[in-house]
Amino acid sequence: MSNPPPGPIVLWLSSRFENLELAQAVLEHVCKARGVGTDAEHWMGVALREALANAIKHGNRQDPAKRVYLSLAGGAEAIEITVGDEGQGFEAAAVADPLAPENQMKTSGRGIFYMKTFMDEVTFSRGENGGTILSMKKKLDSETKKGVQTP
Amino acid sequence: MKTSVTTRDAGDVKIIELHGKITIGAGDLQMREAIHAAVNGGAMKILVDMKDVTTIDSSGVGELVGCYTTATHKGAKLKLQSLPPKISDVLTVTQLITVFDVYPNEKDALASFS
Repeated sequence: MSNPPPGPIVLWLSSRFENLELAQAVLEHVCKARGVGTDAEHWMGVALREALANAIKHGNRQDPAKRVYLSLAGGAEAIEITVGDEGQGFEAAAVADPLAPENQMKTSGRGIFYMKTFMDEVTFSRGENGGTILSMKKKLDSETKKGVQTP
Repeated sequence: MKTSVTTRDAGDVKIIELHGKITIGAGDLQMREAIHAAVNGGAMKILVDMKDVTTIDSSGVGELVGCYTTATHKGAKLKLQSLPPKISDVLTVTQLITVFDVYPNEKDALASFS
């Protein structure tokens, strides 16, 4: 009989960019515990940082009194990352396509694109108190586990 | 690797070496300050050495795009060298790799300025 997957790790972070380092360190721990290869871990880390940066900057407007919720979960088949903020919410569909020629030289607007590129599933929803909840999933297959993976 | 930015000269080329993470709230601002200082100091040939960059996020990419635009508007040339594969991937998926002049090493990059 195999061991049941470990339960989720939940963090409540103040809205400071320094906390991205803590969150990434926890993700590295979760990935190592599940045998995730270094390449997949790297791309998940990039997606996680984008998600948290959005929550801190656009969701909570860098108000350190507002918190960011982070959950890292999943078992042998996938890593699931959930990020919630205490902001006013936003429409993900309204974000401009960063690949459109008119947007190519803009200095912002690529974060969600990177998350969708580096993760297998990315969904946005509205939290009970109005903030944004972002859910991401990375499937763990033989490629992600042996560390040979490109975006 | 601790995030840091160092600057040196190779003839009339200002070489800006990036180390560590070029990400929001940290390396992105250091990179912008270094490149703007070079541009405002009159440098017309700027080479950004990225061989020691471990991670870049959308904020770092955005700052790089902004620096490229600033340099170009001032008549300067900004080029990139020695991109690690993961940094190249981040620029490739957003099709920015075709915008920048990218060279595999310093020798080739310096030769391209002459």
